[in-house]
Amino acid sequence: MALEDFVDLKLDHHTKDGIEIVDVEGEIDVYTAPRLRELLIELVNNGFYQLVVNMEKVEFLDSTGLGVLVGGLKRVRAHDGSLNLVCTQERILKIFRITGLTKVFGIHDTVDEAITARKSEK
Amino acid sequence: MATVEVSFTPLPAHVRTARLVATAVARRSGVAEALLDEVRLAVGEACSRAVEAHRLHCPAEPVRIALTSLAGRFEVEVTDTGPAARGSAAGGPGAAGDGSSLPPGFGIAVIAGLADDVEVSETAAGTSIRMSWPSSGIES
Repeated sequence: MALEDFVDLKLDHHTKDGIEIVDVEGEIDVYTAPRLRELLIELVNNGFYQLVVNMEKVEFLDSTGLGVLVGGLKRVRAHDGSLNLVCTQERILKIFRITGLTKVFGIHDTVDEAITARKSEK
Repeated sequence: MATVEVSFTPLPAHVRTARLVATAVARRSGVAEALLDEVRLAVGEACSRAVEAHRLHCPAEPVRIALTSLAGRFEVEVTDTGPAARGSAAGGPGAAGDGSSLPPGFGIAVIAGLADDVEVSETAAGTSIRMSWPSSGIES
């Protein structure tokens, strides 16, 4: 990979079955996390309160990133919404486990599973 | 003497560089592959909190990280020159003011969960976080 191809954090989002899917790729750390925070705030401000953050392509996550996700959860909950995660990578799941945040977030294996879980809650 | 020493201006963008260097030196020191993710994350947390402390109190001073390969042990020491920060406003990622939702000191709690040997020392001169992992390397 050439140096100029390096992507620190790539963010994308689309709507599926009435739920906004946020695709995150790369590294979420003290440098890049503010961009994810801005996107989550923008989505909530635009009326998207049902969010699924797809972390399957996340290579690194630190406590700053966890803080942004918790912040997003607080914002959607203020509107009776939800923020669920898609993650199967052991190295990322471990960070949720050691911080006890597995009890705070719904963590699913696939985007479809996260959507189904959300719909059955309603 | 440390095996590798890095000092960097306290900008969040350089924390990634510090993580990469620490992981490379850990690998060369014989830290097991399975532990490298822990080293990477713990060093990132320590550097993030040092960068926050410097940005608040002494943005012109560099953050220092020393990586030392000892017999059977890989040691990392991250030193900042900000005022004692644990639990204060400079408590690192998650501290008040950065718009985060985690309590101050959360980064240090993550480090404690990752490294099996962590020592945080706070003096008037700053905070030093020393942590180590087992390695198969020899002293170098």
